[in-house]
Amino acid sequence: MSLLEVKDLGIAFGGLRAVGNFHINIEPNDLIGLIGPNGAGKTTIFNLLTGVYLPTEGEIILTNENIVGKAPYQIVQKGIARTFQNIRLFKELSVIDNVKIAFHHKMNYPILSGIFRFPSYWKEEKQIDKKARQLLDLFQMEHLANTTAKNLPYGQQRKLEIARALATDPKLLLLDEPAAGMNPQETKELMETIHFIRHQFNIAILLIEHDMNLVMGICEKIVVVDYGMIIAAGTPDEIKTNPKVIGAYLGE
Amino acid sequence: MTFLQQLINGLHVGSIYALIALGYTMVYGIIKLINFAHGDIMMLGAFTAFMTLTTFQLPIGVVLLITIIFCAIAGMLIERIAYKPLRNAPRISALITAIGVSFALENLFLILFGASSKPFPYHINLPPLSIGPLQITWITIITLLLSVGIMLMLDFFIKKTKIGKAMRAVSEDEDAAQLMGINTSTTISITFAIGSALGGVGGVLYSIAYPQIQPYMGVMPGLKAFIAAVLGGIGIMPGAMLGGFLMGIIESLTKGYISTLWSDAIVFGILILVLLIKPTGILGKNIREKV
Amino acid sequence: MKQSIQYLINIFSIIILYILLFFLIQTGILSSYYSGILILIGINIILATSLNLATGFLGQLALGHAGFMAIGAYASAIFTMHFNVSSTIGFIVSLLLGGIISGIFGIIIGIPALRLKGDYLAIITLGFGEIIRIIITNLELTGGAKGLTGITRLTNFHITFWITVVVVTLLYTFVHSRHGRAVLAIRENEIAAEAVGVPTTYYKIFAFALAAFFAGVGGGLYAHHIRTLMPTTFRFIYSVEILVIVVLGGMGSFTGSILAAIVLTILPEALRDLADYRMLIYSIALILMMIFRPEGFLGTRELSLSKLFLNHKVKKEGGKTQ
Repeated sequence: MSLLEVKDLGIAFGGLRAVGNFHINIEPNDLIGLIGPNGAGKTTIFNLLTGVYLPTEGEIILTNENIVGKAPYQIVQKGIARTFQNIRLFKELSVIDNVKIAFHHKMNYPILSGIFRFPSYWKEEKQIDKKARQLLDLFQMEHLANTTAKNLPYGQQRKLEIARALATDPKLLLLDEPAAGMNPQETKELMETIHFIRHQFNIAILLIEHDMNLVMGICEKIVVVDYGMIIAAGTPDEIKTNPKVIGAYLGE
Repeated sequence: MTFLQQLINGLHVGSIYALIALGYTMVYGIIKLINFAHGDIMMLGAFTAFMTLTTFQLPIGVVLLITIIFCAIAGMLIERIAYKPLRNAPRISALITAIGVSFALENLFLILFGASSKPFPYHINLPPLSIGPLQITWITIITLLLSVGIMLMLDFFIKKTKIGKAMRAVSEDEDAAQLMGINTSTTISITFAIGSALGGVGGVLYSIAYPQIQPYMGVMPGLKAFIAAVLGGIGIMPGAMLGGFLMGIIESLTKGYISTLWSDAIVFGILILVLLIKPTGILGKNIREKV
Repeated sequence: MKQSIQYLINIFSIIILYILLFFLIQTGILSSYYSGILILIGINIILATSLNLATGFLGQLALGHAGFMAIGAYASAIFTMHFNVSSTIGFIVSLLLGGIISGIFGIIIGIPALRLKGDYLAIITLGFGEIIRIIITNLELTGGAKGLTGITRLTNFHITFWITVVVVTLLYTFVHSRHGRAVLAIRENEIAAEAVGVPTTYYKIFAFALAAFFAGVGGGLYAHHIRTLMPTTFRFIYSVEILVIVVLGGMGSFTGSILAAIVLTILPEALRDLADYRMLIYSIALILMMIFRPEGFLGTRELSLSKLFLNHKVKKEGGKTQ
């Protein structure tokens, strides 16, 4: 059984069809690349999968449940987490608070318990502090726990955003151009990080990326979209030689 | 009173709201600031006219001209002193500053003129124009003609002149406008000058219609004109005019047919409804002419 | 361990402050005029810290706080008048009632209004605030435009002091719980908050209603201090004045709000001799403050007594206190 099964997904914005007939099957622990020229509709697909946009057609089935129409926060709770193309951290908050917020739905103490500091507050807050630090430690960021997020260097901000997404305990992680703005050295580290995440957390990853070295280097399967439609899908080697893909990129 | 009569009354006060609303919308369009002090500029205009009328007994045309110049200068000064240093500060700080300017103007005039209302010494002693059962005062006619004339001139100015184009460019994207060689600082100053001049004219016309002036007279009309600007779509100039006239008509009709007591509540209720249905206002989005 | 020491320091300081003020009032060093100012300071602290929750912590610019205060004020006053309440317990019940009714209105208004953002939210809350005031002006139950008179004086320094302490403490503990973190996340980046599993609409409405609740409590205290309620008191200018306290203190800083509430309550009183000039000075001071320190006294930082005392680095879970 697939982890995620997307059928005939599409959306139109006032007559303009941004995405159409999109379909994909993602198995647990898959690592798939989603590529295509600028404006091809890749981020729109992410927005559809995470509930930011309501599709005009199609189904998104996450472990036997159609999640179309669910709010973004509900979809996160069901197991799809994401990062953003233009980093969206809680900038004025500390690194550790960024992570703790992502643990929100895994915590249970009610509002009154928080306000009146009942024992459940202390117990859970202690646990969450520990878990958040462990997670940061995996990313070698534990020493930065109390730093304000906006003061982190760019690469670290990207890493923190991934760590924050992982804190929601996803089954599928969507990475939107994780290497954007990184130098080759940072990109290389990022590739290692992605490998590491996939095995450490045992999750599936779908990533949008323009850096072909990264995509070809780590993805087992690649889906290519152009004008909102899938034009090719297959292994990196198949994609490299596909004339349609070459056409789309070179603009034939 | 007949429906038509109410409508004409509504147009009368509405055209004044429209003039003041234009000032709000122009400033909002260009620096995204709710200029809380704009209602007080209107008061400033009323008092300037009052002073020139009583002390120097100048003819009304000259009085209007002096008021326009005085308010334009005051608007530019306020922008330079109070708002410009906050251009890159959080927007709410600029908002609080505008509130501070509003309080300062009100209290300055409280000290200068006292709290009691003064009769505004200008009347037109012509008998009202009768068309069938309708009675249209000359004040109404002049107000309507004057404000519509000013709006047409403004429209021409914004669309056709170099400065008008610069104003539109700055309101679209200040940085890009600057890169294109537009002096944004001057453009913003001019926007304030024009907006404040319109406010001043509004103040004079308002004082002729309701001939009592006092330092807090700008608060309620200012608030209503601001709501008018939001109703029409803030930042959009035709929206401010439409909103102003609508506001005047709604107010006049609710006062005439429903209740004077509830009239303001109804006006706010309509504002809330419009915002909920179309947050960008009646003309928002469709017409992207922002200044 | 560190944390409990901080709590102790805070509790201890509050008690010392209370005893000090109590002593000053008891011995007559502070006349009833000054204890009246202390009460007003307390009420302003409640109003400002609660508005700060909505505006500084949640990040939603609200301009209708006076409306919620009015609901609480009228509700609790009508309650105590109707049932002839004269006991402290009855008074506290009336304050809670005022707070709850105000909070319910917060939910009713918040659900549609919080779909808007920024300036639009400010305008719509302003509109709701004005509607509340106009309704109060036209109802018989509330005494109409003539005002509601004959309210028993039930507010005193002691009750105001402790209610203020409780309100600020509860707001503080709320903000430093997982729910408070969700609220901060919304301020920082609403889309990201939603994307990490925070039900943003729920928390926006909750925080807004909580702010309205405490504004209602503040209103109840005000009603039983002033003893005559006039609808004109709750014009939008009053909402603006509360917002001024919040911004001046620092959005996102409770201690900032407390500090600013103290300064802005005392300042007009201290300038009383200057008669007409005092409001002019007040407004010019406000403009200068914004020009030279747009982030307010404290920005988003909190003053912490324990930091002062312990003089070593402690985490943000510091203290509040005055």
